[in-house]
Amino acid sequence: MDTQNPQASDARPVLEGPDIARALTRIAHEIVERAKGADDVVLLGIPTRGVFLAQRLAAKLEQITERKIPRGSLDITMYRDDLRMHPPRALARTEIPGDGIDGKLVVLVDDVLFSGRTIRAALDALNDIGRPRAVQLAVLVDRGHRELPIRADYVGKNLPTSLREAVKVQLAEEDGRDTVLLGVKPAAPGERQP
Amino acid sequence: MQRHLISAADLSRDDAVLILDTAEEMARVADRPIKKLPTLRGRTVVNLFFEDSTRTRISFEAAEKRLSADVINFTAKGSSVSKGESLKDTAQTLEAMGVDAVVIRHGASGAPYRLANSGWIDAAVINAGDGTHQHPTQALLDAFTMRRRLTGRDAGLGQDLSGRRVTIVGDVLHSRVARSNVDLLHTLGADVTLVAPPTLLPVGVGSWPCEVSYDLDATLPKSDAVMMLRVQRERMNAAFFPTEREYSRRYGLDGDRMARMPEHAIVMHPGPMVRGMEITAEVADSPRCTVVEQVANGVSIRMAVLYLLLGGNEPAVTHARTTEEK
Repeated sequence: MDTQNPQASDARPVLEGPDIARALTRIAHEIVERAKGADDVVLLGIPTRGVFLAQRLAAKLEQITERKIPRGSLDITMYRDDLRMHPPRALARTEIPGDGIDGKLVVLVDDVLFSGRTIRAALDALNDIGRPRAVQLAVLVDRGHRELPIRADYVGKNLPTSLREAVKVQLAEEDGRDTVLLGVKPAAPGERQP
Repeated sequence: MQRHLISAADLSRDDAVLILDTAEEMARVADRPIKKLPTLRGRTVVNLFFEDSTRTRISFEAAEKRLSADVINFTAKGSSVSKGESLKDTAQTLEAMGVDAVVIRHGASGAPYRLANSGWIDAAVINAGDGTHQHPTQALLDAFTMRRRLTGRDAGLGQDLSGRRVTIVGDVLHSRVARSNVDLLHTLGADVTLVAPPTLLPVGVGSWPCEVSYDLDATLPKSDAVMMLRVQRERMNAAFFPTEREYSRRYGLDGDRMARMPEHAIVMHPGPMVRGMEITAEVADSPRCTVVEQVANGVSIRMAVLYLLLGGNEPAVTHARTTEEK
């Protein structure tokens, strides 16, 4: 998850509302294709924006499969590897669907894939909740610069970036509009936040 | 930056609400198959108990273990304290062992404050009850129980207790629970009324941010929560009321009195209860009584406090008033 705020003045949109909708539709079809019908798929969004993306993705999957798709949220705050480097963060909600995740195909959903550390934390968190049949990862934007051997199974858009840039996903549920912004990171150069 | 929790009066409204919201998420860990989070891995917490306690000590221990902290239990009985060791020497022993936090219960009011501000020790200090002074985590878990019951689990998130009327009944004089609750509930916007015989009210209670009444029956219909306090015999060295029977007739909560409370109102007790004295078995066992819930909530609140004080590189809770003037 990328929490940096690009400066409003020089941030330029790289994806707009319709682009995001099309990307999610494509990802939904890819999930159905790869999971051969998505019978046992559980979507878990990573707060904050991953949760909204998981809900939208679940709605699209339900249109395609005409079945109820269990969805929830997975807060990874307590599993972060940089907890000791910041003041404690407020916790978000972890909501696991009633049937649990044992033996299911869990698709983690997040807005931006960057260092991969969020996903590592999410895998640790999943470990304490149950044992899925398999875990896959869907992200709206993959901006590169991985620090761990982690890759996404479903990508909305591959966005080559430099480390001096910041990617910000805005969604109607949280920010009032759908867009992905690319801007210059306001923080000191050389400093990098996972 | 302060990183201790000494008094409920030190918490701002936003700090208190943050602790309650964090506890709400911590409570959900208890529903999971693996009730453990890796957050405090590698941190050492000492439970330093100079006074007897079951509930609070076990609750802190459970909270520490659920957050994966290393726990060392220390009770004054059977330790060097019974040989005459001072608080300072005990503290320096702990410091030498490299502890990150000390949870302290002490019979002397102000012992946690002394420990936090003396420079003897570098660890975070959490007050688990000192004399007749403060018991901040108890006040937090009481506020958490009220918010859950009166506002709702999810509806309560981010909310304080504005406009709720809380009545605290019984031995206010010896009660650190009452003091902490008055401070915290006032901060959270609730209206507190103390009800007790005049002999069991402390001098200067008029300056506390609450109402005082001697008439329980008149107060009950105007209460959203009624908190019964135990008469602390062990701290009494004089006759504060004529007989137990007279006390329980005037200040005890029985079925008839409970029926006079509003439909939604809850009965609370910090425990241990003395059935037949301040509360009858009928009330203690009724679904409106939250005693068992309070114990469960205590673990969540203590997890939240430990996380917010120890989880990061600096505490998320901002204190101002425990800092000693230099």
